[in-house]
Amino acid sequence: MEFRDEVSIVLGGAAGQGIQTVEEILTHALKRSGYHVYANKEYMSRVRGGINTTEIRVSSRRVRTFVKRIDILVPFKRGVLSWVKDRLSESTVVLGEKENVEEGFLGKVNLVEVPLTKMAMEVGSQLYINTTSAGLIVGLFHGDFKAVEDYIGKRFGSKGENVVMKNIEAARKGYELGIKLCEEGSIRVEIEKNRGVKDEVLLTGTEAVGMGALAGGMAFLSFYPMSPSTGVSTFVAQHAEGFGIIVEQVEDEISAINMALGAWFAGARAMVSTSGGGFALMSEALSLAGMAENPVVIHLAQRPGPATGLPTRTMQGDLNLVLHAGHGDFPRIILAPGSLGEAFYLTAEAFNLADKYQVPVIILTDQYFVDTYYNLPAPDVKNVKFERHIVEAKPGYKRYELTEDGISPRAVPSYGDDVVIANGNEHDEWGDITEDAELTIKMQEKRALRKLETIKRDAPLPKLIGNENSEYLVVSWGSTFHVVEETIEKLGSKNVAHLHFSWVYPLNPEAKKFFEGKKVIVVENNITGQFADLLWKELGVKADHRVLKYDGRPFSVEEVLDALREVVE
Amino acid sequence: MNVQLPIGRELFEPRRPGSKDIAWCPGCGNFGIRNILISALAELGLKPNEVAIISGIGQAAKMPHYINANGYHTLHGRAIPIATGVKAANPELTVIAEGGDGDMYAEGGNHMLHAIRRNPDITVLIHDNQIYGLTKGQASPTTMVGMKTPTQPWGVFEKPFNPIALAVALDASFVARTFMGYFKESVEILKKAIRHKGLAIVDILHPCVSFNRINTYAWYREHTYWMEDGPFDRETAFRKAIETDPLPLGIFYINEKPAFEEQVPAYRKDRTPLWKRKPKLELVEKFFEGKRG
Repeated sequence: MEFRDEVSIVLGGAAGQGIQTVEEILTHALKRSGYHVYANKEYMSRVRGGINTTEIRVSSRRVRTFVKRIDILVPFKRGVLSWVKDRLSESTVVLGEKENVEEGFLGKVNLVEVPLTKMAMEVGSQLYINTTSAGLIVGLFHGDFKAVEDYIGKRFGSKGENVVMKNIEAARKGYELGIKLCEEGSIRVEIEKNRGVKDEVLLTGTEAVGMGALAGGMAFLSFYPMSPSTGVSTFVAQHAEGFGIIVEQVEDEISAINMALGAWFAGARAMVSTSGGGFALMSEALSLAGMAENPVVIHLAQRPGPATGLPTRTMQGDLNLVLHAGHGDFPRIILAPGSLGEAFYLTAEAFNLADKYQVPVIILTDQYFVDTYYNLPAPDVKNVKFERHIVEAKPGYKRYELTEDGISPRAVPSYGDDVVIANGNEHDEWGDITEDAELTIKMQEKRALRKLETIKRDAPLPKLIGNENSEYLVVSWGSTFHVVEETIEKLGSKNVAHLHFSWVYPLNPEAKKFFEGKKVIVVENNITGQFADLLWKELGVKADHRVLKYDGRPFSVEEVLDALREVVE
Repeated sequence: MNVQLPIGRELFEPRRPGSKDIAWCPGCGNFGIRNILISALAELGLKPNEVAIISGIGQAAKMPHYINANGYHTLHGRAIPIATGVKAANPELTVIAEGGDGDMYAEGGNHMLHAIRRNPDITVLIHDNQIYGLTKGQASPTTMVGMKTPTQPWGVFEKPFNPIALAVALDASFVARTFMGYFKESVEILKKAIRHKGLAIVDILHPCVSFNRINTYAWYREHTYWMEDGPFDRETAFRKAIETDPLPLGIFYINEKPAFEEQVPAYRKDRTPLWKRKPKLELVEKFFEGKRG
């Protein structure tokens, strides 16, 4: 079998078998070798057993999204082929040991046998099977072995020199076999290297969000662990000491968000990271943030619900939750990054927005997004602005001064001679309780109308990619950006353009202009089309077609392509 | 009451329009607590802008409106986590979390447990009148067995929550109980609690003149006594804590241990309050540099 320009490799095995190690070595080494790489995983909510798979796409051009197709499958246990059977084709090569291939598949798939266990045992233990496999695949590409060595050194360095040496030995065995397989012609991989890729960075969605928060001046992160959001908290905790910030794991999500509100009240930028169920517990405090005009940033990594749902899988099913959570009327800002670069900049910007408008700012990602890896040019930190909006509490200071734009200058305790009174009860301009009807009207209008109008006016417009005069407009939001992007490229029709929303709510009314005279196709990863409904409610835009997926898995390029072809052709 | 009021009290008297119309009933114990709190703050030489009172919901939680200090009137049960966040962001502030027995022991019970473990340097002042006042007379976690209320007309049968025993059992940093009818003693206890480094729990008994006809001023005087010594070792403190009639008053237990803000890496090398810090963009750049290789 021969693969040109691009190859999709899938590793499959049980939880606890170390596929993640293979994924890490491969993505790093192949990227350093000059290939564009993309990786994503799907995994079960368990610590041992089951079947988890990782897809790695290696290409001569940028690849940033999931494909269904498997070119090379490496099964680490029996059962993997059945688990991915609808992704196998005649050209799929199964690389590995015969024992890991179910009987029914023998003779039907292109099996290239490699004695991974034997090779690992020769080095000393079955444990080396992961590094052997990583080496094998890098060998198929004639990749840079030095990159493998360096990464192993970094990854296993803390375990001692011997562990590093043994792993390098295991990887070398694999690497040499990989080269041999190519020379023999069992598998041929011809992918052009690209010099520029070496200088790019390899990031995950988790890292992009976490680093964005740190760049945005986050000084306090409180959280309760919940998949798939925990990665961000773990990542930030690793950097807490260096950045001089507090990361605190607390008793529940209620405490997490209330602590964050307290930190913001006292002037520090704070964030919570959670998933849908945890966010549900935060809705009371979200409402307090609305009433007290207490800024807060919330990262919500979505997973399929309701309730516990599919804890480790993906869905864009919590848009309605974040839109409507919290009793009473108050504005909020919802952001959903589409690319890793955007995740970095938008998360950083979320803190400025919260500070400026004194509202909850929600960053919506999902399991697919946070677990996505790919190479990209390093974000430029010079583009990150640190904009504080804090005033001194001068004598007579009124925390909730009635203003034209609905934004009352915010002071924080101890900055200035006067005191700051915040309040979750309806209040007067100073922050004391009121039951006055007229004042209630004024305060309601300030928060829920004037401030919302100000935010809408300032809201950036969606991004149009492609022909302005196309007949069809394919709409994506958040994590469906790249799959729509690649699908439209593949479709190659001037008649189809792409409109992406990263700023999801509130929508600038001007966004309506993009839809005029278009047939609108909304692609989203949920069962009802929550964003399509939002377009109708906010802009009066009707989606002519909804392309929906709700099996807990991300869209593949093939699926979106089929769906678009059905509509367009 | 004939007591000498300290200088500096007037600083804490609010002059805002909304602070005049007080929602407490005539004769309410909360007036006494307000006096005690103002005296303690004044005697400690604090200024209003150096103090932040974070309250939950209830009659007790209206305190931020009747005192001149930074204040945040938050949600039922949530004063403690919010106060923890305030203190973490700015350890230079004197932070007091304030609320009633329902607020702190029912709705906020879980936060109380974990705040004791976390030990932020805040004072938790619980106005304990053994009844729900603002919602008009339902039983609270500390209501006595047998009391008939509109929602427990058959009489309360749940055993009352014992905050002092709980706090000692969890090895809390500072545990005290007082009765607001004893002004001078209460001011002293509160001053010690505020000065204490770490979480200080002060359960302050007070009558609800509208909804609790049992635990009156006279009842508290008859059913409490001042412990002669204290603080005690943990075992003795616990023995004292489980005495219920008469209820011991005073400082039960002090356990000097590092506060939350002293433990977190963020403040180990640098005492600059979080809120004054700027993002370290050079470290972000360095991170990306490392992601090239």
